[in-house]
Amino acid sequence: MADFETPQTHEFPVIPTVMEGAMAHSSPFVASAEFQSEMGFPGDGGLIEGWKDRFLDLLDDKLGKYRSLQVFMDTCVKCGACTDKCHYFLGTSDPKNMPVARQDLLRKVYRRYHTFAGKYFPKLVGAIDLTEDVVNDMYSYYHQCSECRRCAVFCPFGIDTAEVTMAARDILAQVGLGQKYSNQIIPKVHKIGNNLGLPEKALADTLEGLEEDVEDDTGVKVRFPLDEKGADILLVTPSADFFAEPHVDGLMGYGKVFHAAGVSWTLSSKASEAANFGLFIGSYEQMRQVSLRIRDAAKELGVKRIVFGECGHAWRVAYNHLNTLAGPWDFLDQSYPIPQHILEFTKDCLDRGILNIDKSQNDDMTLTFHDSCNIARASRIGAEPGSQFTTPREVIKAVCNNFYDMSADTIHDATFCCGGGGGLLTDDLMELRVKGALPRMESLKNVIADKGVTHMAAICAICKSQFTKVLPYYGMTMDQIVSVHQLVGNAIILDGQGDDADESDDADEAA
Amino acid sequence: MTALSIIYVILFYLAMITLVVGVANKIVQYVRVPAPLKIAVTPAPITRGGVVYRFFTEVVFFNSLFRATKWTWIFGWIFHLSLLLAFFRHLRYVISPNSFLWPLVNLEVVQSFGKYAGFAMLFGLTGLFVRRIFVDRVRYISSPSDYLMLLLIFAIAGTGLLMSFSKEVGISGVDIIQLKAFVMGLFLLDWQSLPGDIILLVHLTMVLFLMMIFPVSKLLHAPGLFFAPTRYQVDNPREKRHLSDWGAAIEAKDGRNA
Ligand code: SF4
Ligand code: SF4
Repeated sequence: MADFETPQTHEFPVIPTVMEGAMAHSSPFVASAEFQSEMGFPGDGGLIEGWKDRFLDLLDDKLGKYRSLQVFMDTCVKCGACTDKCHYFLGTSDPKNMPVARQDLLRKVYRRYHTFAGKYFPKLVGAIDLTEDVVNDMYSYYHQCSECRRCAVFCPFGIDTAEVTMAARDILAQVGLGQKYSNQIIPKVHKIGNNLGLPEKALADTLEGLEEDVEDDTGVKVRFPLDEKGADILLVTPSADFFAEPHVDGLMGYGKVFHAAGVSWTLSSKASEAANFGLFIGSYEQMRQVSLRIRDAAKELGVKRIVFGECGHAWRVAYNHLNTLAGPWDFLDQSYPIPQHILEFTKDCLDRGILNIDKSQNDDMTLTFHDSCNIARASRIGAEPGSQFTTPREVIKAVCNNFYDMSADTIHDATFCCGGGGGLLTDDLMELRVKGALPRMESLKNVIADKGVTHMAAICAICKSQFTKVLPYYGMTMDQIVSVHQLVGNAIILDGQGDDADESDDADEAA
Repeated sequence: MTALSIIYVILFYLAMITLVVGVANKIVQYVRVPAPLKIAVTPAPITRGGVVYRFFTEVVFFNSLFRATKWTWIFGWIFHLSLLLAFFRHLRYVISPNSFLWPLVNLEVVQSFGKYAGFAMLFGLTGLFVRRIFVDRVRYISSPSDYLMLLLIFAIAGTGLLMSFSKEVGISGVDIIQLKAFVMGLFLLDWQSLPGDIILLVHLTMVLFLMMIFPVSKLLHAPGLFFAPTRYQVDNPREKRHLSDWGAAIEAKDGRNA
């Protein structure tokens, strides 16, 4: 299958012994001039001339712009509390994948050039000169962080390694070391509207196909409108929802919920993507540009509300930053959250009892739920703190009879990243992705063994794609990952849906 | 006044100025640098009061550390608690008997808790030191300064204990009346001489050194704790628009948020 070994899972988590350099070879492809220049970054697959001064200037600039970075560079006491919290360390044993060591790649340089102790007593405080080796190490290990923030939950000072990773990646891109994967994707969003480069025509065809599928299944015509002016709701969803399994089943679920709720909604070809890779590469400007497409689309279509589909980092950006980057949203209906998560919408429909649910439609599955890192630790779904954990579970329990959680130290805000988040969902990082999935795979296997769980539901496009890829490495099958709205879609009985509802379920399963 | 006392008077002021100016400088920096984005680690409080409570649990109980690792938590927490108790005990050197605070500071509990806290401090520091050496992950991330910091505070606590228990260990006690006069004199600008006991001088020198390195070392974690946007931000980004000055400047340039 690959030239690396899939790590062993255990009944109880094992903290590995440090193995220096274990993942030193892991590095994503560096963007060539073609992809660098489209993003406004210099260089052609390597460091630019005069990179060192530029790097230090950029670091200076970041420190002056981001309180998080400045404070985090100073406050770490090397207590070690975070050292066993990162799934990449647990899966690879490489000490540079310990969050504090990852931060230190930049902190050592910060200390050398920005602190008294580092300037005059570098050895004493572990400060080092900025050299090409150091920068290459950064490129490697800042692309072994999925920006999942698990470390930040446990750090006594709230130090979030993701903030350091983002700052470092942006600096690296600007001295010539941009990541090919992300830099290739972002321009597509601007030019075509989504990460996949799915043009309007193809998107329209796909949606038409979906309408036919749902009609075949249920006998009911459920619409999947595109660019419909005057619709109430703009749905912004990750583009994987348009074609990949199990994402697309989730999209059918949203469509059914909207249909059953009787609201008018539309997708936008311009904003046919919820993902915002500007977050991953640490670029405020890119994140803003990508967010502004949604503002433009909402204005053009004249919608009153914005609802986001199932995607982790997209929801993080939408929930936390849409208001900052693309607001103010005074032209939308203020009586709904802006933006709203599809689960908030569905939960509300369930609470009001306007959905006709037949839970037994999901009886062929016993479910567990994977809290996506960006939703668990960087957002909320619902009104109360922590409702990002309860809302999805309540929805699942409302549409399924069999549900069990994985062990307590691997869910809620202690959830483990799928291993493919933060701009790492690329084939050139396959080894890292498989190894980083270890803690999640371990707890999944255990709940399968203990409770007879058959499927894991998720609400993130990256999680779903990542699990589809890595489940087989751990002896499970790719179809064991499902969308939460797939479950909702299975269980909804639409008005006018005949006795052939059972067939629809079979069809879903066969797909 | 002896030459020694003059040196220490100067050192005291130097250390005091370094500490206050250095830390103030850092705090001003932390305040000035904007936090352009909402990055609260959730679940986060949705009100200011909730944030205060969040900090209360962090500062008083080291909540996150407790969740992370029980050993580091127990050693770290004991160490910091004894530091606080020792601090209270030392207040008797800077508070005049006429002050309304004096009865509090002079309480038997304050004084004896502070006295025995020294042992707890040594215990906590030893635990942290051992952990730093023997846990491979912690050893990997440690620099010489991380060990030295522990040793420095260990030595300060050790010399402090020696003075507190001078009778028991059979060495001559420090003239604390004279010591107090010296310390009060520093504040009243009425300089007095310092007792010349060698243990006291070692103790004081190390404390002064600690004060001086505070603003240029990881001791900045104390003020820094309160400036982590991940912890102090209120979780209300949908309700309240958060915009930094430089973010606003970008907007103003292209007008796309209009
Ligand atoms: S943010 Fe996540 S991936 Fe990055 S260092 Fe922290 S725990 Fe590891
Ligand atoms: S938990 Fe925080 S303070 Fe402790 S080593 Fe990790 S980053 Fe540093």
